Amino acid sequence: MLYVDRWKANAVALVCVLSLLLCLPSFFSQQAVSRWPFWLPKKQLSLGLDLRGGAHLLLALEVNDVRKDWLDQLREDARKRLRDAKIGVGGVGIVGNAVQVRIAKAEESEAALKALRQITQTFGNPILGTSVNDVEVEKGGEAGSFTITPTEPGLQQRVGDALASAIETVRRRVDSMGVAETTVVREGRSRILVQVPGVQDTAELKKLIGRTARLSFHEVHETLTPEEAKKTRVPPGFKIYPGDAKDEAEQVLRETPVVRGEELKNAQPSFDQYTSAPIIVFTFNNSGARKFASFTSKHVGKPFAIVLDDKVISAPTIQEPILGGSGQISGRFTPETATQLAIQLRSGALPAKLTVVQESTVGPSLGSDSIEAGRRATIAGFIGVAAFLMLGYGLFGLFAITALVVNLALIMVAMAYIGAALTLPGIAGIVLTMGMSVDANVLINERIRDERRAGKTLVSALDSGFTRAYGTILDTNMTGLLAALILVAFGSGPVRGFGVTLAIGIVASAFTATTVTRYLVTGWLRWRRPTAIPI
Amino acid sequence: MAAAYSDPDLTYRGAMQGFKLKPIELVPAGTKFSFVHHWKLALVETVVLAIVTVFLLSPWGPGLNYGVDFRGGTKIEVRFKDGPADIAAIRSKLGALNLGGLQIQQFGEPSDVLIRMEEQPGGDKGQQEAIAKVQRALGENVELRSSEVIGPTVSAELIVSAIWALTLASLGIFLYVWFRFEWQFSVSAIVALLHDVAMTVCLFSILQLEFDLSIVAALLTLIGYAVNDTVVTFDRVRENLRKYKRMPLGELIDLSVNETLSRTAMTAGAVLITLVALFVLGGPVIRGFALAILFGMLVSTYTSMFVAAPLLYVIGVKREWGTDAPVRKVAAAPGRERISFK
Repeated sequence: MLYVDRWKANAVALVCVLSLLLCLPSFFSQQAVSRWPFWLPKKQLSLGLDLRGGAHLLLALEVNDVRKDWLDQLREDARKRLRDAKIGVGGVGIVGNAVQVRIAKAEESEAALKALRQITQTFGNPILGTSVNDVEVEKGGEAGSFTITPTEPGLQQRVGDALASAIETVRRRVDSMGVAETTVVREGRSRILVQVPGVQDTAELKKLIGRTARLSFHEVHETLTPEEAKKTRVPPGFKIYPGDAKDEAEQVLRETPVVRGEELKNAQPSFDQYTSAPIIVFTFNNSGARKFASFTSKHVGKPFAIVLDDKVISAPTIQEPILGGSGQISGRFTPETATQLAIQLRSGALPAKLTVVQESTVGPSLGSDSIEAGRRATIAGFIGVAAFLMLGYGLFGLFAITALVVNLALIMVAMAYIGAALTLPGIAGIVLTMGMSVDANVLINERIRDERRAGKTLVSALDSGFTRAYGTILDTNMTGLLAALILVAFGSGPVRGFGVTLAIGIVASAFTATTVTRYLVTGWLRWRRPTAIPI
Repeated sequence: MAAAYSDPDLTYRGAMQGFKLKPIELVPAGTKFSFVHHWKLALVETVVLAIVTVFLLSPWGPGLNYGVDFRGGTKIEVRFKDGPADIAAIRSKLGALNLGGLQIQQFGEPSDVLIRMEEQPGGDKGQQEAIAKVQRALGENVELRSSEVIGPTVSAELIVSAIWALTLASLGIFLYVWFRFEWQFSVSAIVALLHDVAMTVCLFSILQLEFDLSIVAALLTLIGYAVNDTVVTFDRVRENLRKYKRMPLGELIDLSVNETLSRTAMTAGAVLITLVALFVLGGPVIRGFALAILFGMLVSTYTSMFVAAPLLYVIGVKREWGTDAPVRKVAAAPGRERISFK
């Protein structure tokens, strides 16, 4: 006890000084900190949405959309594979959760199965035996028929990919708003969490990020009108698309588009030079430009349709071949909707529909009220606990208070540097930690009292007070930590913030209560050479 | 030197060397309260509590007043810019909108009102329209302080994850205590812990306070805290089991609880101070949360002494405990080489 490893003591002292220094910026405003000299730390504790105000959205990716798209793609793939293998196709269609394929001549079954099996992609690790096919290709009931069924792991993989791309798209759209410190992160298997500070109106936000914005250019059926098509039947490969607004007519369009929105290089809002109506000017990338040039060259004088999210937004007539790879879309836009759509086209389409499953907004007045309330509770809690410790343990209480201060600094530094935002429940966690973290010191001090009463000498009472309390401190902190970690794992949003502060607080208090107080007591012992213990 | 240190009769003033503050002992040393003596009472109380809890949560009882987290729906907080809000007037105004079940309550300041609506038909749009309707009905002088909309899928998941969290926390603590002590300690600790959670749930059911996700967080925190108290007591019981091989178990448990009484009072006092600060000053948003932990903590202080300890006595523990720190003896045994890493 009397002997303290000097290096260890120095290291602990360094941690204390560093944590006090590093938590300093969080007590000042951002402007004040930005004027500090370069050698001072500047990292501040970031505030959660409930304290600074803003909007929070939880979006769910429509898994059914992903499945449907994939089945569409599988159908196209099946056609292409059979065509490449020169096998006559009898019919390809989507039935339930699978693609049904029928070939013209049943004798070609084996060759067809071989061709169709090429669609299958394998992922996972073959050495570990975790490899899985994304689809299963099987012979159907009758001769010459096949089914292609997506597997569950395959679908999960697709959903994961779609989610990753949706997150990218949403991030680009949110970034276009020019708000600092937005959050767009994955939540669970098929959800996206969006947090935008300072925004109150979620309607605008949802319009901006919620639209799929899948743009495509389609060939219009040359002779058939939608009315006729409904009466007779829609020719294979074609489909009736509804109009976007009341005055935009529905059209019979070829289902496979000429060019897709993915091949757009740029899109900007602009105004038509003749009518000065808001329009969107776009540019294709090289392959898109080539496809568009070849299509428009062949179809001069005929209409083509621009489709956004499965609705026709305009169906202009091709006046002349468009060879430069750029063009314009005129719909019924207002300047605002044109700007918004241009952002959405630039940031790419969402791979599937996103639905809002949870949203919340916090106004600036509530946020600042909460900060004020949190501050008052923290200060009152600290003063109360400090007074209580002084009252109960005198000088040793002062040691415990020092440990508590270091503990609080450590919590703040840890949160600032791992990027955990301070929320109102987080503040509650800190206040509660002040109460709970003194438990370690209480255990030590009570133990010292016990040992002293048992007639031990001063030094050995202090020594065994510390060492014997360790086991108990370990047990109590482990159970507390367990509860805190479960809060982090199962909680969402603010509850998780509370769990994070609580967990950090427990770890930090285990450190400070055992090392900081111990070294303080040892230092005091050497300095004052006391003859009795003041507790 | 050593002789000077060992003198127990030195005056306090000498030790403090001018330091004027005299520590007071909340609990004087050597208390001799009997805790296990009333074990039958503790048992009856626990059983009654269990029955009451089951009744309160059953279809015949009042149940819990679930918040939008678990029920789904919309919660908005508004502030009337021109003074106190008239709850009755708001109720009649909003009642005319036909939005289904509405809960309107004053929240914090007299001018602040919390409105909870059940899930409206029409998906996301329906919820937004309902919020707009409410805002229109309340008039111009109202500021929307916060809003929260929770869909049915999310609320269902939140219920499941809340149940999981509470179950896992209890199970984890059960296993930890079992691993560190013996199963008898584990059972007593878990009963004590469930006792505290049940008490708090009963409070929220009887007073019909809003039970939302933050209350579950409070219960989890409570579990972490409540088991602390019990573990500290049990730690002392185990130590005394090694020390006094022949002391009757009841006497030994009483001694252990008495010995840790001072610590219990100090820690409970410190936590109580912070919780009161949170409850009074922390603002209306976390008042329910603070109340849940505050109440649960007071209960748990009682529980660790009057339920966990007597229960351990009733179940009984094995008496053949090794001496303290047997490891040291092995290390010091002759003929054993110490492995050195230097």
